[in-house]
Amino acid sequence: MKLINRRNALKIGGAAAVLPLIGTKAFAQKEKVKAAFVLIGTPDDNGWNYGHDLGRQEMITALGADRVETTVVTNVAEGPDSERVFRELAQQGHDIIFGTSFGYGDAMLKVAKQFPDVKFEWATGYKTASNLSIYNARFHEGRSVLGTISGMMSKTGIGAYIGSFPIPEVVMGINAFHLAARKANPDFITKVVYVDSWFDPAKEADAARALIDQGVDVITQHTDGPAALQVAEERGIVGGFGQGADMSAFAPKAHLTSIIDIWSPYYIKAVKSLLDGNWKEGSSWEGLAGGEVVIGKYNEKIPADVVAAAEAVRTGIIDGSVHPFAGPITDNKGTLRVEAGDVIDDGEFWGVDWYAQGVEA
Amino acid sequence: MGKHHQKKRRQIMRFQLEKKPEPSKKMLFATPILAVLLTMVLGAIVFSILGYDGLGAVREIFLTPIMNSLKWQDLAVKAAPLIIIGVGLSIGYRANVWNIGAEGQYIVGGLAATGVALFTHDMSGWWLLPLMGLAGMAGGMAWVFIPALLRTKLNVNEILTSLMLTYVAIQLLNFLIFGPWKSPTAYGQPQTVLFNADQILPYIIPGTIVQAGAPIAVFIAIMAWLIMSRSVFGFQVKTVGSAPNAARYGGFSTNKTIWLVLLISGGLAGFAGMLEVAGPFNRMVPSFPAGYGFTAIIVAFLGRLHPIGVLIAGIVLAITFVGGEVAQTTIGLPNAAVGLFQAMMLFLLLAGDVLVRYNIKRVRRA
Amino acid sequence: MNIDLTIAIIITMVGASTPLLLAALGELVVEKSGVLNLGVEGMMLVGAVVGFAVTYITGNPWIGILAAAFAGSAASLIFAFLTLSLSANQVATGLALTIFGSGFSALFGQPFTGKPIALFKSIFPDSLTDHPILRVFFDYSPLVYFSLFMVFAVWWFLQKTRAGLILRAVGENDHSAHSIGYSVIKVRYGAVAFGGAMAGIGGACFPLILTPQWVEGLTGGRGWIALALVVFSAWKPTRLLAGAYLFGLIATMELYAKAAGGSFRIIPSELWASLPYLATIIVLVLISLRHKGNSSAPACLGKPFISSN
Repeated sequence: MKLINRRNALKIGGAAAVLPLIGTKAFAQKEKVKAAFVLIGTPDDNGWNYGHDLGRQEMITALGADRVETTVVTNVAEGPDSERVFRELAQQGHDIIFGTSFGYGDAMLKVAKQFPDVKFEWATGYKTASNLSIYNARFHEGRSVLGTISGMMSKTGIGAYIGSFPIPEVVMGINAFHLAARKANPDFITKVVYVDSWFDPAKEADAARALIDQGVDVITQHTDGPAALQVAEERGIVGGFGQGADMSAFAPKAHLTSIIDIWSPYYIKAVKSLLDGNWKEGSSWEGLAGGEVVIGKYNEKIPADVVAAAEAVRTGIIDGSVHPFAGPITDNKGTLRVEAGDVIDDGEFWGVDWYAQGVEA
Repeated sequence: MGKHHQKKRRQIMRFQLEKKPEPSKKMLFATPILAVLLTMVLGAIVFSILGYDGLGAVREIFLTPIMNSLKWQDLAVKAAPLIIIGVGLSIGYRANVWNIGAEGQYIVGGLAATGVALFTHDMSGWWLLPLMGLAGMAGGMAWVFIPALLRTKLNVNEILTSLMLTYVAIQLLNFLIFGPWKSPTAYGQPQTVLFNADQILPYIIPGTIVQAGAPIAVFIAIMAWLIMSRSVFGFQVKTVGSAPNAARYGGFSTNKTIWLVLLISGGLAGFAGMLEVAGPFNRMVPSFPAGYGFTAIIVAFLGRLHPIGVLIAGIVLAITFVGGEVAQTTIGLPNAAVGLFQAMMLFLLLAGDVLVRYNIKRVRRA
Repeated sequence: MNIDLTIAIIITMVGASTPLLLAALGELVVEKSGVLNLGVEGMMLVGAVVGFAVTYITGNPWIGILAAAFAGSAASLIFAFLTLSLSANQVATGLALTIFGSGFSALFGQPFTGKPIALFKSIFPDSLTDHPILRVFFDYSPLVYFSLFMVFAVWWFLQKTRAGLILRAVGENDHSAHSIGYSVIKVRYGAVAFGGAMAGIGGACFPLILTPQWVEGLTGGRGWIALALVVFSAWKPTRLLAGAYLFGLIATMELYAKAAGGSFRIIPSELWASLPYLATIIVLVLISLRHKGNSSAPACLGKPFISSN
């Protein structure tokens, strides 16, 4: 709680006096916040939706169940179905609605216009409005750490990245992973397979098998669920990584570490800003530094020097001394894309449609 | 009712179905209503046993959408494509032609309309939407062409051919929006650009989200009803379906009928695709295949293959979808429950169907 | 391509094909008896979730498979009762069964997501399963050998036994079969129940062989491919085996090709993914051309049987 000195007290008092005149808009503090979460799947997917739901629960614990109550709607398809859900939630009097998929954007923007008093939060979005903020996490920073481990531990020098579709954050995830691996092993190769489905665990498992049969011994995936990791365990390769959550239960030997989505810092911030009456339209993109991306426990079998290197990358990214996309970077067709000394900054991030040299995609 | 078990001879009571001379009109109307009511009762019981608020679930799924006027516009939006596709399918099913690939035809219709929209993106004018509508119809018809051809020329079952093409349609959609049709301004995400103002369906009831699709759906249902009940074509379709030999006798070409009903159902499904992409979606996205093509099959049956029945059934099913979402937010009912309710409704309707067409006779067999 | 890679591809392909083979074999018998059950995907999901759950609880995959078969059969009996005893429309009832299976498995599976089980691996000794060459014969789950056995069993049943002959007769000419004194309805009940059990076991292959977890919709639409397979095979079990492995091969090759990279990627992956479906249509055409417009489907497929007609 801020110290209230006389100057502040006057300001606050003055503002409070004005409140009844301007109505209870963005400046009003709230006793209790009704928050809604719209998920594209179910929280038991061991991945994306699980992470968001966990963040929600941690937020309730942190803020107290007497100050925030939540509603969760699952399996909401993008498009008009989601528009209906957002509107229903707004009509039901929710104060803040979190939409956790890129495809919800159109619907959220539409409904946000109709309900100016309700706050909307669009995960992985790219456009804001006066009552709609966007938020994302720098998963690729986590990939740099995984890449470091892979580059150092892989015996064949070939790693794999399984993705669903070639969307920008997957492309950048691949690049971050690969560039970090190459720092440890300049000849590292990353094979990429897209399964062309948002959800098909059996196919991911087969993709993992195909990759392992072609010499891959470290696997990471951008999809939800432990399918690829389980194959890594079954085949006894060097290892794989958990995605979105700690998946060591599924693959105790193969699970080297994981990237864990921690959405609670952001959720706490967002809801608290409502409680305090100072919610603002914004665009949040935190990563390791902000605590939204966390590296899970390191498997005991990882040698100490590898852990040290991974930690160095992790702390380096946090304090800014290491950048996931520092030049010089040549793409896999031979063109120099990033000069030495230059980096791919946030603005350029979304326009990258190429892979670094050594990525076979 | 007593059964006499004698030592040497057992008289066994059996139930036998005997076809009614005329389908019972009373039962025709009663069974869908009974099915819905029974579903509500059974559903409440089953979900209460599972630990959810059974009565609350039924109330939220079936009653709230009807009673909460804010939801009516949602019903209209959700029901429209179901009705349009369902009407088309019902005509075909009457003729014993089983188009199961309406989802694929819906997708391709949407893609065709999108293609026109992208091509004319810099243009404006009132003629854009009708052109997209025609494209949608053409797209749907093109997608049903192969199943129709194979059925009429080679007697290949249209159930499978139309179904297989649905999956091909999904792949086509992915190919286009990840490739040539991807918007350059959407940060590399797979979606097309937003349609321009003349390419988006107008809102016809101010203050609501109801677009042109809803009244068009009603119009189509009524037109189909008139055609099916009053025209020679309607008679032809029904005859080919129920008595193909008589049909041939009467000079109706089975093959021509098959072509016509498939093209109609494909065209309507494609048209629904255009209405959806130009209406609620406003651009083509990966999640465009919403399963309407399959849900419409249920709608067609629930509506007894009668266009007005389909109209009502479309609204009923829309109620379950909309209500399902309400139930999720208010009582935490899992999303899977909606599917179970819909399946229950269909099972009960199909079971009740027997009372329409058959008498149940008790037969003694020694 | 070297031997190791070839063997690896074969092993993966067999794994991918087995659920298709099992479910399709079941549906083949069902359709041979004259019934069209479109609810295969639903029954597979039921089998998958029950198979997973029981294996997780008991730790014994054999019991899990039994439970899956039982569950699939039970689900199919809803369909059987509606279509056989109440003469409901088979297309609609089959679709309703799929929707039911989907909802039921999602609901039933909720407490089980996030729980790992062990893969149902080969029972042969390590010396055989790890052998670089011999493993192509031995490194398979018992379910795989079961599926191969069932191909033979179904073929033998249909072609060489009296019961199979009756079943085929019921499918080709139900009224004649009835007039000879066979209970069409009873035979079809048995066929449908068998189909349900096979679909259930096929569904259980997913958590037990392919990816040892449960999530909603685990079978990913393979049930529809199984339906296509039955037609693709012209209702012949041996062709079904070939077809199932062909489909499995296409799916597997897509992934190996992508993993290999390079020139294989010229083919857009959407085309790869469409291949099984396009292939089915092509085969349907070829079969029909061969039979000059007479479908080789059982004559009574899809028509309800009313003895009083």
